[in-house]
Amino acid sequence: MTSVATKMDSLARPAQRRGLSDLGIRNLFIIPTVLFLIVFNIFPLIYSLGYSFTDFSASANAPANFVGLRNYRELLGDENIWANFVITAKYVIISVSGQMIVGFGLALLLNRTFPMKGLVTTLLLLPMMMSAAVVGLFWKLLYDPSWGIINYALGLGDFAWLSNPDAALFAIAITDIWMWAPFVMLLSLAGLSAVPKYLYEAAAIDRAGTWYTFRRITLPLVAPILLIALIFRTMEAFKTFDIAYIMSTQPTTEVIAIRLYKQAFQQWDTGKSCALAYIVLIMVLAITNIYVKYLNKVKER
Amino acid sequence: MAAVKSSGRAAVNRLAVVGVIIATLIFLAPIYWIASTAFKPRALATTVPPTVLFQPEITSFIKLFVKRVQMNKAVDPATYAAAPWWEQRIMDNGERVLRTGDNVQLSGYPSRFMNSLIIAITSTVLAVGMGTFTAYGFSRFRVKGEADLLFFILSTRMLPPIVVAIPMFLMYRAVGLTDTHIGLIILYIAFNLSFSVWLMKGFMDEIPKEYEEAALVDGYTRMQAFFKIVLPEAATGIAATAVFCFITAWNEYAFALIMTNRRAQTAPPFIPSQLGSGLPDWTVIAAGTFLFLLPVAIFTFALRGHLLRGVTFGAIRK
Repeated sequence: MTSVATKMDSLARPAQRRGLSDLGIRNLFIIPTVLFLIVFNIFPLIYSLGYSFTDFSASANAPANFVGLRNYRELLGDENIWANFVITAKYVIISVSGQMIVGFGLALLLNRTFPMKGLVTTLLLLPMMMSAAVVGLFWKLLYDPSWGIINYALGLGDFAWLSNPDAALFAIAITDIWMWAPFVMLLSLAGLSAVPKYLYEAAAIDRAGTWYTFRRITLPLVAPILLIALIFRTMEAFKTFDIAYIMSTQPTTEVIAIRLYKQAFQQWDTGKSCALAYIVLIMVLAITNIYVKYLNKVKER
Repeated sequence: MAAVKSSGRAAVNRLAVVGVIIATLIFLAPIYWIASTAFKPRALATTVPPTVLFQPEITSFIKLFVKRVQMNKAVDPATYAAAPWWEQRIMDNGERVLRTGDNVQLSGYPSRFMNSLIIAITSTVLAVGMGTFTAYGFSRFRVKGEADLLFFILSTRMLPPIVVAIPMFLMYRAVGLTDTHIGLIILYIAFNLSFSVWLMKGFMDEIPKEYEEAALVDGYTRMQAFFKIVLPEAATGIAATAVFCFITAWNEYAFALIMTNRRAQTAPPFIPSQLGSGLPDWTVIAAGTFLFLLPVAIFTFALRGHLLRGVTFGAIRK
């Protein structure tokens, strides 16, 4: 209540001051950012919405012809595009569930006091701070069929991870899990440390078993933060481009972002790629909407 | 009974710590491997079984920075003796350094690294600057439709880069901004601005309003209060936000791949392109990767107290 009062208050008496009024400062501080984002994010999207109804090709000199909804109709009826979406879904499921399991598992292990805990936690977080393109590149060294350390360590002989159509998507997902399990771990650790100690003490007094305590106390209290991690990672995995593009050229790893890139910048099928971009965009916005609603809910707690 | 229980718990604890140690070793193995490959002689980089113990050398870093070609015959001993030590290391590998006149020709790496630095630093300064002002505006004043505006700002961050890249490429081509530093800088500002607003708003909300109000009563203008009272208070937050924005811009791949090819190309699209065809020299690629990852690793340690907040856009503050 007091904060509202001060806000109104400071807006109500700008005139008596030297310099800019509060209203002026507010506008000066906020409007440039909003304009910048409109010019460089929203305007391009409107621009490409226009192109999505044409047969425009950025490599040809021909003017764009209006083709109505043909691009959208063709895309939605194209089995290959659906195959790309299926690959993307598979990738999202494998890699996000892997990240959740590994990340939460690591958090459970770390959730106690031991020497050098801070250092160990930070070391474990390193992968997620790295460039996905460069991570993909050096995992190619690790996955090499003839001299990679992964095959050597696991005794797999010359198993070709990345050039095997069935294994490639898993190989990329494993790399993604390595990279992003630390993210889930970081969030889970915050969730775990927020569980009040007295609940565990009470459970111990009641002689509750470890599994029972975990299922009835730990899990429900950490669930909201795990859900944030899940939605955020799903959204990011759905957009995956770098890591898959660098690691494999197999058709079985062609996630939707790679399909879009090839259509736009290799086949120069600009009009149709704009339409595909819109289909992807709508899906991403749907996930984002869920995410932000959820973030706000958690923030209110 | 109690003793049994607590010794059981201690055993679980010890087992968990062993688990932590094993997990940490597994997680760090890939990083260790790429780092150690950077310091290996080329012949030991791709051996079966993998070479773990070796005499570290920096030849790969020298090779990373200069342009060189394979020599077709053995080097003349007099030339070898006259060459500086670093050039001898390259000659040891049966290669020679290319020169124009007396100047050593540099490889593509140093210029890409510089491009990455220039673009990441400039875009970070601008994105964090604008973000700090905007965050203050949202934090201290009443804004009509504040929640919607903030959602709009966040949603720009969620756009898949490829989706934005198609129209941006067409627009950049029309105005001649493809393969320019300024072109990538603008894209990275747009990408980081929303993050910077959200994170800085969290930091601004934590600074008590009473500080500025006291200053306003003392006759400061709002602007003076902002620069002299609020900004110093927000310094830690600004630094943390800046490091996050820097890392994002430093790591970015898709926009750089699409918008640049030479002049303004950054390191992420360049390093994988070294793989090329034929037999790659993994020690050189590893050296390039090592130098590229080093700043990020250092920053991660510097940021460790703010990581959680950063990756959740300021939603979870611990």
